[in-house]
Amino acid sequence: MSEEYVVHGAEWTVKQLFVYPNEYIYWSIQIVMYPFMTGLVAGAFVLSAMYHVFGQKDLKELARFSLVFSLALLPVAALPLLLHLQQPTRALEPLLTPHFTSAIAAFGIVITVYGLIVLAEIWYVYREYFVTQIEKLQNETGVLNALRRVVYRTLTIGATDISDAAVHADHKAAKIMAAVGIPTACFLHGYAGFIFGSVKANALWMSPLMPVIFILSAVVSGIALCMLTYIVIMESKAFWQRRQGSTLEAHEIRGAEKDVINKAARFLVVFLILAISLEILDLIFRGYTAMKSWDILRSVMYGKDFMNIFILQYTFGNLIPLTLLLLPGRTIKRTALAVLFVLFGVFMMRWNVVIGGQAFSLSFSGYMHYEIPIIPHSMETLKEGVVGALAVIAAPFLILWVLNAFLPSLGREVEGPK
Amino acid sequence: MTCSRRDFLKEAVSTTAASVLPLGAFVFLSTEEAKAAVADSEARYAFLIDTNKCVGCGMCVKACKNENEVPYDAPVTRMWVERYIFTKDGKLHIDSPMGGRDGFTDNEVYGEDIDPDDIAKAFFVPKGCNHCDNPPCVQVCPVGATYQTKEGVVLVDRDWCMGCAYCIMACPFGARYFHPVEKVADKCTFCYHRISKGLQPACVQSCAFGARRIANLKDPDDPATKIITTERVAVLKDLYGTKPHAFYLGLDHDVR
Repeated sequence: MSEEYVVHGAEWTVKQLFVYPNEYIYWSIQIVMYPFMTGLVAGAFVLSAMYHVFGQKDLKELARFSLVFSLALLPVAALPLLLHLQQPTRALEPLLTPHFTSAIAAFGIVITVYGLIVLAEIWYVYREYFVTQIEKLQNETGVLNALRRVVYRTLTIGATDISDAAVHADHKAAKIMAAVGIPTACFLHGYAGFIFGSVKANALWMSPLMPVIFILSAVVSGIALCMLTYIVIMESKAFWQRRQGSTLEAHEIRGAEKDVINKAARFLVVFLILAISLEILDLIFRGYTAMKSWDILRSVMYGKDFMNIFILQYTFGNLIPLTLLLLPGRTIKRTALAVLFVLFGVFMMRWNVVIGGQAFSLSFSGYMHYEIPIIPHSMETLKEGVVGALAVIAAPFLILWVLNAFLPSLGREVEGPK
Repeated sequence: MTCSRRDFLKEAVSTTAASVLPLGAFVFLSTEEAKAAVADSEARYAFLIDTNKCVGCGMCVKACKNENEVPYDAPVTRMWVERYIFTKDGKLHIDSPMGGRDGFTDNEVYGEDIDPDDIAKAFFVPKGCNHCDNPPCVQVCPVGATYQTKEGVVLVDRDWCMGCAYCIMACPFGARYFHPVEKVADKCTFCYHRISKGLQPACVQSCAFGARRIANLKDPDDPATKIITTERVAVLKDLYGTKPHAFYLGLDHDVR
């Protein structure tokens, strides 16, 4: 095949037996990343909203952190889609000429609305902090401090009233934003599930349960990622305190950390059990009804993809972490290990849906195997390979690092909503 | 704030009314209404494919690739021919190497040499886009780059397609792929540039056996239309509700 005739998908698709000539794995790793990242966004937000709306006081610090993390994850939810497009320069077309019978058409609108809600909530939560920073920086000299002051002044958008009444109004507004945000976050992700669930041509994807399964696993992954990041940050803080000789301080940090993690772990377990139940229900239903597609689906699930589905997803991603979380005497280390497994499990679930849905031919007579490009040798294998996926995973942490300069979300010096 | 039950009901009714009324201003057109609003056409094109006549020579695939500038050696094609071989042991062997472009000249199917004496029945099935009446590819295009003409032909706007592959995923027939050069979704156009000038599609014209024909369903005197309306024809995968408009004579129930 000469260079100019690169057929999209032919690079990484290995066909076996009869597959229609035009069938390839067109939705590759970036489409696995897309629901994984939107799931993290939605889940992180739901975790933060639990504190604001349902008054889960012990989650206060984690709530503020996950809110900011949700903002950091937000632009990254759109990144995989951009990397996947064959014509990335046309990425804004769904906003210009949305064709609303398509499930993808509203993505830009949904993510923009959701982004505005997250921004608004963060603004209400942090406005007081911005104003106090302006006052604090007033006495400091230096160009950098002056610059920071300008940034904070801009961030307040002129609202510098921090009287008790004004701050109280802020908190109330933040709570409303959180309440509106929960259904929006669920919509953002349930909608990603609908994109797959409504493809009637695909025997594995087509299921009305798909959006619900997606929402539940999204909450699971969001909580898990926030817990993991939180544990890592707090542990490193405690570590540095101990290095500096302040064992008391380190002890205090770890004590606070444990309370938060215990509470969050309880939510994680509930959502994890709900998610698994629905996934198993879907599987049993397919087997029991045994439609025409079941023969090939069964051969994929119990044969070719057995390792990916039953070992990696259900055993390592669900069973092991659930056991780790439920066995008595749980430590922070064990929790960290468990949430790491949970995150892996949700990733495998996305993989098994997206790649697994293309593992068999529409003719039900052949198979397609996905060989993910590891070392890129062209733009396509760079974008839709391991390198592209790692870039997407790294991006939210980079953004969080930048955001953290102006929106410190971990530390007791910040007064959040009461 | 206090709120009596009476107030609550009043507020609820007025809020509902206020939110429903503006929605009432939007009119949702059914496909038929939308088509009627644009203008009616004198033609509704369909394929008539006689599998009994197909010998699997692959001329239609060659002609299509050349006519429509689909790179000749690229492993994608707007139309293809499948070979079905049922052996006496009850097994079904299907293949379509390079879309059947070079014809089927040996007895090998996926490395297995099939003895002609073992064959119970065998036949060829030419395939391509079905130009469905209810095309799922048009439904799922997020930007409206793929559309249906008033003659029922499903086309892609190459200047507007953003290459998300949702249409490729939505087609139950595998009729779509990414054009290797244009980098946009590509599919059979029914040779729209030819049929709109009164010519036949390349595949139809190149078929020496009359296995592929074009029918104008709105013309009752069209010989192919007469066959479709008076004889027993079948379509592929009607379970998906896409209302395919490629009608087959002699279609076996095992054809995928």
